[in-house]
Amino acid sequence: MSIHPSPVTSAAPAAPVPPASRVPGAGSLASRLGRLVGRDRLAAASAVVLVVIVLLAVLAPWVAPFPGDGTTATHPADRLLAPGAAHWFGTDQVGRDVLSRVLYGARTSLGIAVAVLAISAVVGVTLGVVAGFAGGWLRDVIMRVTDVFLAFPALLLSLALAAILRPSVETTIIAIAATWWPWYARLSASVAQSVRTRPYVDAARCLGVSPARIVWRHVLPNSLTPVLVQLSLDAGGVILTAASLSYLGLGATEPTSEWGLMVQSGQSLFTTHWWVSAFPGLAILVTAFCFNMLGEGLRDLLDPRAAGGRS
Amino acid sequence: MLARHLVRRLAQAVVVVLGVVVVSFLVARAVPGDAAVSATGARASASELAAARERLGLDQPLPVQLFRYLGDLVRGDLGTSLHTRQPVASDLGSALPASLELVGAAMLLAVLLGIPLGILAARFRGGRAGGVDVSVRVGSVLAVSAPVFLLALVLQLVFATRLGWFPTAGEYDRALDTTSPLSVWTDITVVDALITGNGAMLASVLHHLVLPALALAAYPTGVIAQMTRAALLEEAAQDHARMERALGFGRLAVLVRFSLRAASAPVLQLVALVFAYALVNSFLVESIFNWPGLGSYTATAISSVDTPAIAGVTLTVALVYVVLNLAVDLAQTALDPRVRLT
Repeated sequence: MSIHPSPVTSAAPAAPVPPASRVPGAGSLASRLGRLVGRDRLAAASAVVLVVIVLLAVLAPWVAPFPGDGTTATHPADRLLAPGAAHWFGTDQVGRDVLSRVLYGARTSLGIAVAVLAISAVVGVTLGVVAGFAGGWLRDVIMRVTDVFLAFPALLLSLALAAILRPSVETTIIAIAATWWPWYARLSASVAQSVRTRPYVDAARCLGVSPARIVWRHVLPNSLTPVLVQLSLDAGGVILTAASLSYLGLGATEPTSEWGLMVQSGQSLFTTHWWVSAFPGLAILVTAFCFNMLGEGLRDLLDPRAAGGRS
Repeated sequence: MLARHLVRRLAQAVVVVLGVVVVSFLVARAVPGDAAVSATGARASASELAAARERLGLDQPLPVQLFRYLGDLVRGDLGTSLHTRQPVASDLGSALPASLELVGAAMLLAVLLGIPLGILAARFRGGRAGGVDVSVRVGSVLAVSAPVFLLALVLQLVFATRLGWFPTAGEYDRALDTTSPLSVWTDITVVDALITGNGAMLASVLHHLVLPALALAAYPTGVIAQMTRAALLEEAAQDHARMERALGFGRLAVLVRFSLRAASAPVLQLVALVFAYALVNSFLVESIFNWPGLGSYTATAISSVDTPAIAGVTLTVALVYVVLNLAVDLAQTALDPRVRLT
């Protein structure tokens, strides 16, 4: 049994998902989301908060009170002002508005999460489907390689990779994606493997359908639901890992607004000027929490077998 | 059957370890600029550089270098730290015990809190007392979502700086080095204090351990509570649970006396896995509390771009992880005959 590095998934046995894991009569995606709201208020509320966070991130240049503070602006006269009417979250060591930087930081964090998950899912699912569907030595090679990658805690391998490359947002993305894809490979390999032995695949093969078409028509659609659930569960973990890397000085660099970096730069002032670190830290917490809650809700809804019987 | 399973698991572990070695080799060789320059200093002459290059084996092709690296590893040579100028192996040897102490304390807390919380959540799932389940769920997701460095900073500010209940930093009161010095057996301070009956030292270490261990325990506690709950509920849905209920055992008794044992396999495996994660997370906590472990060492190594040290840390933690996983797997094989068949 494999266990995932992202916070919440680790709690769920990553059971091979049965192919055609669709709930009978589950209806359209919209109606399922409707049921999510009805059944799981916490997940629904998290989804709403996430929509707000995404909107704020996208609109940061327009909604941030001091858009210039997101990057290079400095205001030496306004150094370390406590939260107040002009600066809701206070200002940092060089007088930048912390609220504006937190909003711009959302762009960085969400951007990293999207990039990492897109790369991981594409690479992982491709390799996983090949491994699970082809079988034989190809499967062994791919799965042993994923084993090696899974032998590192995600943050450790990212840390090692980021140490080789120069610290930047791109480095963060590469370093985390390199540690994240094996989970998708493993997940889709197990789906592909179980689909491969299904009678309808045998039937398709007998009819002379090409392997590529079988993968496209049967294997990928069956992988979609578990991968989707995994993506929403992982987003929080990726954001935490990215923040940890830049906190350690291996990720985004000044003057980029990045939450982990902001916590780090305000750390030595924490006892006297708590707001410099506290607000970006809370932003990480809230965003990761919402992704994890939503991911759990989606898992319970779309993938009942892995839900551990949550009612 | 059993022997074949053991051989297969060991072979897998060997492959994984070789992969880990390759990665750490790549990290160790990725010295910024030129390793020969780092080794000799910026003002070295061309002939000195060439000599250093030959001494370090940098003039050889990469596979030969990898082979040499492997040979060095077997002899316990992890290279020399660019920052401390000491052998990385001895640096790690002096940093690891303090980290194991901290991570051990955190994992102990996490198991002692997480498993009972998971049992409670499973027992009170839904129904009138569903609030317990929801609270544990929200609490555990919060615990896994909180950046560990934020937790550490907040705990330090509130309970050390403001309230003064706990010391702000360090592993123990340095004054004790003269008043009641510790004789070293295992290098793990708390264990040494315990076996030598050094009460003053023990009290001081435990006092210093509380805050960093709490910060570090949050993530494992959340994960363990969730896993315990999920595994218990899966067991509780089995026929044997219905039978036990029919025999008159209470809900809690069924969970604790019967389901917990069966549910212990995934939980045990999780504990081993999360241990390695906590070890990495300690990198983010130790420098805040000035804990003299692997985390502080790594933080310094990162800021001084000390690649041999980073490679050594990567290798060590990955090995700890592989060994733990193997140990858990073998323990499970011994405990649960069904595992052998898969």
